Amino acid sequence: MSGSTLAIVVLAMMAMVYQLAWWRSRRQAVASGERPHSRPRYHGAWVAFWCAGPALLVLGLWSLIEPLVLQASLTANLPDSQAQLSSMQVEQLLRRIKDLASGYGVVGEVAPYEQAAAEQWQRLSAIAAAAKWVLVLLVAGVGSRWALTKVQLTFRARHQVEKLIKLLLWGCSAIAILTTVGIVFSMFGEALRFFAFVSPVDFFFGTIWNPSFSSTGHDHGDYGLLPLLWGTLMVSAIALLVAIPVGLMTAIYMAEYAPARFRSFAKPVIEILAGIPTIVYGVFALMAVGPFFATVGAWLGIEIRATSALTAGVVMGIMIVPFVSSLSDDIISQVPQSLRDGALGLGATHSETIRQVVLPAALPGIVGAFLLATSRAIGETMIVVLAAGNSPQLHGNPFAAVSTVTVSIVNQLTGDTDFAGPQSLVAFALGLTLFVITLLLNVVALYIVRKYREQYE
Amino acid sequence: MESHTLSTQDVLHERMAKKLKQRHRRERLFKFAGLLATCLGLAFVAFLFISILSRGIPAFWQSTISIPVYIDPELVAVEAPPEREPQESQAAFKARQDAWRNGLMRVSWNAVLAAAVADLYPQEDFAVRDVLALFTSAERHRLRDLVAQDPSVIGSTLTLNFLAHANVDVWLRGNISRDLPDAQQQLPPKVRALADRMAADGYIQQRFSKALFLNTDSRSSAASAGLSGAFMGSLFMMLIVLLLAVPVGVASAIYLEEFAPENTWTNVVEVNINNLAAVPSIVFGLLGAALLIGWFKLPLSAPLVGGLVLSLMALPTVIIATRSALQAVPSSVRDAALGIGASKVQMVFHHVLPLALPGVLTGAILAVAQSLGETAPLLLIGMNAFVANVPSTPMDQATALPVQIFLWQGNELRNFFEARTAAAIVVLLAMMLGLNLFAVWLRKRLEKRW
Repeated sequence: MSGSTLAIVVLAMMAMVYQLAWWRSRRQAVASGERPHSRPRYHGAWVAFWCAGPALLVLGLWSLIEPLVLQASLTANLPDSQAQLSSMQVEQLLRRIKDLASGYGVVGEVAPYEQAAAEQWQRLSAIAAAAKWVLVLLVAGVGSRWALTKVQLTFRARHQVEKLIKLLLWGCSAIAILTTVGIVFSMFGEALRFFAFVSPVDFFFGTIWNPSFSSTGHDHGDYGLLPLLWGTLMVSAIALLVAIPVGLMTAIYMAEYAPARFRSFAKPVIEILAGIPTIVYGVFALMAVGPFFATVGAWLGIEIRATSALTAGVVMGIMIVPFVSSLSDDIISQVPQSLRDGALGLGATHSETIRQVVLPAALPGIVGAFLLATSRAIGETMIVVLAAGNSPQLHGNPFAAVSTVTVSIVNQLTGDTDFAGPQSLVAFALGLTLFVITLLLNVVALYIVRKYREQYE
Repeated sequence: MESHTLSTQDVLHERMAKKLKQRHRRERLFKFAGLLATCLGLAFVAFLFISILSRGIPAFWQSTISIPVYIDPELVAVEAPPEREPQESQAAFKARQDAWRNGLMRVSWNAVLAAAVADLYPQEDFAVRDVLALFTSAERHRLRDLVAQDPSVIGSTLTLNFLAHANVDVWLRGNISRDLPDAQQQLPPKVRALADRMAADGYIQQRFSKALFLNTDSRSSAASAGLSGAFMGSLFMMLIVLLLAVPVGVASAIYLEEFAPENTWTNVVEVNINNLAAVPSIVFGLLGAALLIGWFKLPLSAPLVGGLVLSLMALPTVIIATRSALQAVPSSVRDAALGIGASKVQMVFHHVLPLALPGVLTGAILAVAQSLGETAPLLLIGMNAFVANVPSTPMDQATALPVQIFLWQGNELRNFFEARTAAAIVVLLAMMLGLNLFAVWLRKRLEKRW
């Protein structure tokens, strides 16, 4: 509580020194009749930064450290009779002591040592709070005092402020890098711990996936990646079989044939598909598409399970149609009109022009779009969690249930966070595999797209 | 001789005509295939929306039992609520209050409900169990809370609305076949007959389900399960995304577009952002699980952790949208600002950024909408836990709308929760549609000004 009050005080102080620096700079300019290097508000901003920046930093650090130090001193001073308490009991005791100290009171008898501890707690927190106030205000005061002495006609406050702004902007752009570093390191770290249990050969080339949660601890189960990878490939292949023809033909029709009015209606409607959350597709697959396929299968005399590679793949295909279509549409539209005119002038029909001139010219970009769609399909989670049936077996039947890498990550990690056994750690090895595969696909796709772009610019 | 040439020409002509016909047929076929694919795409959209809406819209109405209830002082025999005495510590007062509430809890509210239904049909004799099967179990707690709030209602008769049990709702709406034999029905025959009779007499009506919006999830009382907890969780996460991902994303886009020198570092950052945009969402969930929960020991199931993970996911989207908005500002604006002596920072913040603002805001809103629909990473950081309270801070346990949909679709009470799930999807889609329309409106409105 006192922390946020202090922060508000510091901010108020910041506003005051801003105004102070503004006046001072203004007065100097008027008194000397000369032009100062920077406008008053830059002086103000500079002083305000030196007032609040270091002070808030100190406040933040103090707030992190204070509870730890107080807690430690309290636990150290407990009588010996309380030394054997479990960590949970100590926590309960501390809460009782804090309730006593705050005057809220507790139910039941108050032991003398509790009373003493509560008083000690009160004393220590009072000292800590006072010290915090003094230190933070001191830092703010010293910072502003120093910065205020710098407010001179010749002082280049604007340059300093702009340097700070640029530093801030640079820091923000570094966060994206930090994210990637975080992903790579956390995945690698946890995956290495997994490989201490299971050898990488068994993981990457094993054909049985059966991570049994055995309590004996000796038998870890089997962690073969291949059935999952096979399931992923099967579902993705079905998705692409749906999405590529539909998406590509839609793109061609939109870019080459469609009347403007139809295009302005149909393009945004199809792109709605890209904005729908994947959980909605998953439920849609489960409620509508799966039963539909099962009925069709029964009618044809084939056994099609409601949750199968086919269901998940078709629904995923529907999801990535707008990906393929809008990316391809952009690329087809970028093909220079002169190529079309040349082909049409030689007497080719419109479709011949498209198939023999436009598409070959657009091919690298379209392939890039397909690769991006593939990486999207491989990393997709919720549709397969709901609709693929979760049966990690090596088989070639698209009408039966499969399991994928993403499904297994969800199954292995949901609800478990102590990351002790291979059962949960395997999720990170799977995640690393997934990350590497999608990264490779993206790099190749971006490379192809970029190379294509250079041809016409 | 002449006739011979003519005939050769005729043959050629005929061949060409034939070939041409074939080529034109192919042309028509190709065009038709394109139209077919487009229509297929449109049909997918239509099929998706029709199947969701046809299931979800009816679930906004729910069987509600509306009957007069006599709060019998004999059944509800409790003392007056305690008042705080002077010199009593707050903890001791709270203990006494809890004791009084416990006393209320021991009252047989079931008997009150059973008596209310029995009063409707005085000449009949119902088993208490059959009557209670009509009500969803949370309703007696509601009755208790009503009395706890205002003990003066004891002894009076109130007309109250109660949610019917999920199975009763399923039966009355015909979501379970009436021809099934007793063994396969979810309700015993007497309860079904009573439900039908009360529906015919107007005591059970289909009313708009406020519970869906005002209640939290419920395990024991399916009919009163609602979305408010999940909604608050999603709201907290969207706020965190708005406060973290948007400023950071805009700042780094400004740096990359306006200040970054052409060097290896900049190249690395750019390639990295493009790749980050295509990393599967579940990988971000793994990052959250390992880093935020495993190392920094942040609490499980907290919207704070979810918000951080979603912020990292939304960052590339914001950056890419902001960059294209900045690129769209004509370079003449930059030249003019620099030409009259503005510094680079002044040029960006006084001239370029205000002009790019519509695009930046649109990108930010779309990024927030995208993170509203994300499910997979949240499953890995424990947001699929059952949470019965509305979270009041971002550190409390919570779930999110899409995760709630995931949890409901897996509920065992299939024929009740299928509709409930679809209704939740309608709510989610409506929110996303709202955000998208807001983005469009904002862009139109702001673009006029510049």
